[in-house]
Amino acid sequence: MRAGGNKMPDKDALVKHIPGEETQRLLTVEDLSVSFDTEKGSVRALFGVSFSMDAGETIGLVGESGCGKTITALSVMRLLASPPAKMDGGRILFKGRDLFALPEKRMCEVRGQEISMIFQEPMTSMNPVLTVGEQVAEVFTAHGICGKKEAAERAVEWLRKVQMPDPERRAKEYPHQMSGGMRQRAMIAMALALSPSLLIADEPTTALDVTIQAQIMALLREMRERERMAVLLITHDLGVVHDFADRTAIMYLGRIVEMAPTRELFAGPIHPYTQGLLASLPGASQTSRVLPSIPGTVPDLANVPPGCPFSPRCQHRQAAMKRFLSGETSTDELRDCDREDPPAFEFSPGHLAACHYQRRVCGES
Amino acid sequence: MSGNAVYRPDANEALLTLVNVYKTFPVRASFFSAEEVRVRAVDGVSLSLQPGKTLGLVGESGCGKSTMGKLAIRLLDPDSGTIRFEGKDMARLAGEELRGMRRRMQIIFQDPYSSLNPRMKVQDIVGEGWFVHGLARGRELRDKAALLLERVGLTAEARNKYPHEFSGGQRQRIGIARAIALSPRLIVADEPVSALDVSVQAQILNLLKGLQEEYGMAYLFVSHDLRVIRHVSDHVAVMYSGKVMELGPSEELFSRPSHPYTRSLLSAAPMLGGAPAEHIVLSGDIPSPVAPPPGCRFHTRCFRARKFCSECSPLLREVAPGRFAACHFV
Repeated sequence: MRAGGNKMPDKDALVKHIPGEETQRLLTVEDLSVSFDTEKGSVRALFGVSFSMDAGETIGLVGESGCGKTITALSVMRLLASPPAKMDGGRILFKGRDLFALPEKRMCEVRGQEISMIFQEPMTSMNPVLTVGEQVAEVFTAHGICGKKEAAERAVEWLRKVQMPDPERRAKEYPHQMSGGMRQRAMIAMALALSPSLLIADEPTTALDVTIQAQIMALLREMRERERMAVLLITHDLGVVHDFADRTAIMYLGRIVEMAPTRELFAGPIHPYTQGLLASLPGASQTSRVLPSIPGTVPDLANVPPGCPFSPRCQHRQAAMKRFLSGETSTDELRDCDREDPPAFEFSPGHLAACHYQRRVCGES
Repeated sequence: MSGNAVYRPDANEALLTLVNVYKTFPVRASFFSAEEVRVRAVDGVSLSLQPGKTLGLVGESGCGKSTMGKLAIRLLDPDSGTIRFEGKDMARLAGEELRGMRRRMQIIFQDPYSSLNPRMKVQDIVGEGWFVHGLARGRELRDKAALLLERVGLTAEARNKYPHEFSGGQRQRIGIARAIALSPRLIVADEPVSALDVSVQAQILNLLKGLQEEYGMAYLFVSHDLRVIRHVSDHVAVMYSGKVMELGPSEELFSRPSHPYTRSLLSAAPMLGGAPAEHIVLSGDIPSPVAPPPGCRFHTRCFRARKFCSECSPLLREVAPGRFAACHFV
């Protein structure tokens, strides 16, 4: 289904792209906009982010630092401190419930029981003065699942499930006594203890060494199958999503610029930013000695250019500008790029990208 | 077990040779104790680097790769072993000779934020080497700084600014300009792109490559990132727990790794040029450098380990022409 001609793409295109029942959606993020009050005034961090996920599905959210991937995750958990954060619009539906309409007390029940999160640096996200066993057990007591004694037993059981070596002994140790990989295992035990249906993993392996990273990803994979949970994986590492996510969304400056089934995204990226990112990965091809690179740097969120956020770095936009300025073409073919933030457009079923140029070239054929 | 030749660094025409280098650091046994133990950071490493070439040092945290980089340009002195630069034993150099040699070796650091003095203007950072060695001053220094900054992809106006006015990628360009200012023959690049975003990484890698082609300096390139190492290196040394596990020409090592550790490292790194040939997930953690395991350092996690691996430490032996591995089984 390809929208053609002048028809504007459906605003909800990102939400509706998989044929199926609306009721099966586990999580729907709709047009989410968030800004922060700073000394320099209000700074927009998310500009209408929309995506949805099904039960048991894994979505990878990829982007460079400051693109808004963690803000998106924290919004879903409703963990953004307000102020300084402010919701400017949009809504988040989890199993049909509007999370922002829930009273804080209900939200506390959702966190941990239905949605839980693991963080990048387990050392700073764990309590240094409680043993690891106590911290896992706290999940059960805090939610009123069982008494202290049973909670302690369940904690050891969970440490065993995440393949912590010698779980009885390790439960009595403090976070600083463990290696980074073991701490991450303990954090996964905490996050999964109440069998949530959605796990948000924010850079779960970024602080770890390559071989330990492989261990943790293997564990997450196994737990995902066993618990049949959905995973929202946030990372800057394209390699990690490539092997792990069903679908991948690429973020740039507070927007999802491209989203597709992971294989399709890697095989045929549409957005020039995605193309540039994939091409600039070193080591993938051994023949070329010069890496294709994206010129410039990610602009500061405080002064995002009008129009398409990527246009100052986009080769197509720059080429069109050059042709126009040199008089080669009489009209600036891509002037839309500087005027209008491109809406998401469905290039093939399930493959969306927000790019004026690509829409001109492929969208209307 | 093969009787193949043990690796000896090729001293002929090599710019840098390390022979049997050891380095330990003292640390307290625990926070509350006065007892000192020694971390064995580099444990008997031999390597050589040819002029104008790139030797990649790759390994996980604590394997000793950064210590190797610092030893190579004598920011650290080894406990034992010999390090030769341009054929001269670095430990015996002193005074003028040492100063002269220091001009020909430079380092680029990982963190472009903490490695530039925030109170110095960019032209003074870049030109400090000229100033110290009495090569340029005043107006001449400023003009040379402007040219150099343009060469690394910044504008000439950048020379009058302070480091905080630049992004991470631009700061790394300043760090590179400082390193090449004295036309060194050897540059140690210690994780130069690890703190940068992917889209900026490629720009910096291309710049380093271009500078090498232009000026012909050798790089000792230290990184944990296999993709980066594969891209930049002519030769690669894979380190683990203070020792070299495998050494060989980059392309061969990456396409046909022979040591079990290299094989698991490559299989753990996703998307390294197509699908990995095998899928190995190692059990266990990286051993503590305070008390490394006896015998082969890797035997506690190795899928091929036998009993004698824990007793007898394998030497780095030739397994194919030009390729070396420290394993009893290859």
